[in-house]
Amino acid sequence: MNMNPKDLATTARNTWCPGCGNFSILSAMRAVLAELDSEGYPIENVVLVSGIGCHAKIVDYMNVNSFYSIHGRTMPAASAIKIANPDLLVICFSGDGDSLAEGLDHLIFAAKRNIDLTLILHDNRIYGLTTGQYTPTSPQGFKGKSTPTGTSEHPLNPLELMLVSGASYIARGYTHGISQLQQLFKEAILHKGFSFVDVLQVCVSYNNLYESYNKWTYTVHGNDAASFEEAQKIIRSWNYDRSEVPIPLGKFYQIEAPRFDQAFSGRRLNLSERDSKINDLLENFI
Amino acid sequence: MNDFSTLVGGIAGDGINEAGLTVARLYSRLGYHIYMYYDYPSLIRGGHNFSIVRASRERIAAHMDQIDVLIALNQETVEKHTSRLKDSSFVIYDADKVKLDGIKQKSCGLPITSILKEATALAVMKNTCIIGGYCKVVGIDWSVLEDVLKKHMPKLLELNMQVARQGYDQAAEFCHMDSRVDSFADKQAQELQPIITGNQAISLGLIKAGLLAYVAYPMTPSSGVLDFMALYAQDFGLKVIHPESEIAVMLMAQGFAYAGVKAAVGTSGGGFCLMTEGISLAGMAEMPVVVVMAQRTGPSTGLPTYTAQGDLHFVLNAGQGEFPRFIVTPGDAEEAYFWAGVALNLAWKFQVPAFILTDKIVSESQYSFDIDLAGDLEGERKEQADHSPLLWDGQGTYKRYRYMDTGVSPLAFPPRNGQAIKTDSYTHDEGGITSEDPQITREMSDKRQRKGQSLAEDLERYETVKVLGDEKSKTALLCWGSNKGVCMEAARKLGLRVIQVLVLSPFPEKRLKRSLHDVKRLLAVECNSTGQLARLAGFYGIEIKTQDRILKYDGRPFSVEDLLGELARALA
Repeated sequence: MNMNPKDLATTARNTWCPGCGNFSILSAMRAVLAELDSEGYPIENVVLVSGIGCHAKIVDYMNVNSFYSIHGRTMPAASAIKIANPDLLVICFSGDGDSLAEGLDHLIFAAKRNIDLTLILHDNRIYGLTTGQYTPTSPQGFKGKSTPTGTSEHPLNPLELMLVSGASYIARGYTHGISQLQQLFKEAILHKGFSFVDVLQVCVSYNNLYESYNKWTYTVHGNDAASFEEAQKIIRSWNYDRSEVPIPLGKFYQIEAPRFDQAFSGRRLNLSERDSKINDLLENFI
Repeated sequence: MNDFSTLVGGIAGDGINEAGLTVARLYSRLGYHIYMYYDYPSLIRGGHNFSIVRASRERIAAHMDQIDVLIALNQETVEKHTSRLKDSSFVIYDADKVKLDGIKQKSCGLPITSILKEATALAVMKNTCIIGGYCKVVGIDWSVLEDVLKKHMPKLLELNMQVARQGYDQAAEFCHMDSRVDSFADKQAQELQPIITGNQAISLGLIKAGLLAYVAYPMTPSSGVLDFMALYAQDFGLKVIHPESEIAVMLMAQGFAYAGVKAAVGTSGGGFCLMTEGISLAGMAEMPVVVVMAQRTGPSTGLPTYTAQGDLHFVLNAGQGEFPRFIVTPGDAEEAYFWAGVALNLAWKFQVPAFILTDKIVSESQYSFDIDLAGDLEGERKEQADHSPLLWDGQGTYKRYRYMDTGVSPLAFPPRNGQAIKTDSYTHDEGGITSEDPQITREMSDKRQRKGQSLAEDLERYETVKVLGDEKSKTALLCWGSNKGVCMEAARKLGLRVIQVLVLSPFPEKRLKRSLHDVKRLLAVECNSTGQLARLAGFYGIEIKTQDRILKYDGRPFSVEDLLGELARALA
């Protein structure tokens, strides 16, 4: 019997603002996980890992194994879970403040290692839960509570960073396109290697970009996702700074590459094996 | 001779640590117990390094200032250590590099550099050459040196043997020491003890107890654990990771714990600062994790390669919020081995962070290691069931934070069919779902505190406080960690009692007070500037006056003479 996405709900009361883009990510992910369950990827093999921020509440809203970690630290926790048990499908949820500011080093290293994880970046370009400060993807001049006269920094293009860091699957979705989100999430989860999905997730309370995104986003078609140069060109066509340019959505890059999680032995010694090896080893120190 | 100290000194890059170890192995083969202190500055090449190798018929864990033989590979070694020489001491040196002026002790200069040149040997072989001469001078048979070289220098063995023999033969012509080394080696070879560092002992203790993963970012003086674990990862099926930072280290350990893999991490003060947010996560999420925390001189970068006991209160209090933790502070290699295993077991039994608090001395000094003395690990094994983590019985719906009398909830690891295993850094309900409810907040806090009480009760069967030395003496030395060795030795000479506090959290208040009940004078011996254990004891009503705190905080450990001098003043 196929799983109904509703079976994945919990009793937790949802505290996102009405109209929050996170609802789309939640419903797309539930649908994908239910679908995967019926396709030979049992739900008990899925582990969700989140950071801290509005995005992170998603793990409370899914009756699935989860590790609700701390701000910026999804990647190291998730990496060890995957290394501990390579049969698990480890899916991370993180925000732009979470992964691009507090935890940027971990993100770069996860990509560098091409570890088999999926990261869904809830990129609302604002700190929501702390009520409205600029983030690494806010445009220059953004007036937030910590930058009342406008930030003087240019934003970071996280996809460009992921491409040069070694991520082997890179895509962008938008919370107004649930079917596309489902398709990208599923591809990303099934991809063997580090998958990065940037989701333009609208924060209705502090950074409502629905109008702009509806006008400027488009889906790429017929691109060669195996080409680094082509991916780079698409990714660089919008740098998060200007709003009056087309914003590409879809899968930009996908290659196969060696993975960090393949480098570990799963052999476990029993107590007497350990004892005898310890004795042998101590012999070397006489 | 019952007690014999040798100092070997040269520049960094001369292989002074290895030279010290070679000397240590010679004496070990003669039946002596070994302690070696290694002193080196924070640089790769140049600077002054020295090892003090002490060989004794007694078990020892401290160095002496005075030495019997000085092995000098450069001039600086002579200049820096002349004051350590006794009338009976002997100096052996590279006559091509070192001039001995105004040294009245017997000496022997060997043309080390010329011998190496003639043999076209590598520069680092000067150690082997001078140790050859050293053996002749102190009366160690060539066959003993040959055995050590064959075992530990398989690379270029013939060349090493050749230069060692040159040193040995040339020394024979004109010098020998009056007091010669004896051999107590009536033991068979298989009874000889290995010589290992505290870091290596900790590694082995963790492995013995079932460690499966080790994660660390290199930091002196903890790096020895990382290096050892990485070297033997294949042998023991360990997953060893050196990630981007100590923040990642601490989170990786908890990812492993979530998935049911027993993991440990290691660091020193600065790295531990980065770990603290993750320590607090372990407290809230109830994640078992073992932290090897090797202290060095602080604050901040401090003296990277020197010792201190300055972080006791930091480790006691690291991480926001209130949660139980286990802290043990071993004083030698046997305790390091035994308690590392206990720390791993307790971390998992009570789902708490467990700290093995060492310092540069315990971590990097070399000790003769007697695995049979390390503790009744057989006894541990009999109670194996008792040490296993509490696992979920598979009945009903799994709740990660289920309320139990002991505060300890049963563990389950993904995948479990039909169950969601949820862990959370937020205040959470029994199922691991975030909650801001005041009652749940209070109940979960009580649950964590109950775990601390259960841990304290469980620890009653361990020797968390040791009474050593003369147990009848009314004057006692209070110590922790590496000062055990020097305190025991001073106490042996002066007839004092030693009270060693091994477990610092949960604080063994009852046991400590029992061990103190008839003590009239209590002196704290610590390597910090305020008396951190004395302050902690004061919190439990055990007062140690400022003038009764014998403190050393220059980065160097107490020598036996240092402590005897301090005690002579304090007890006058």
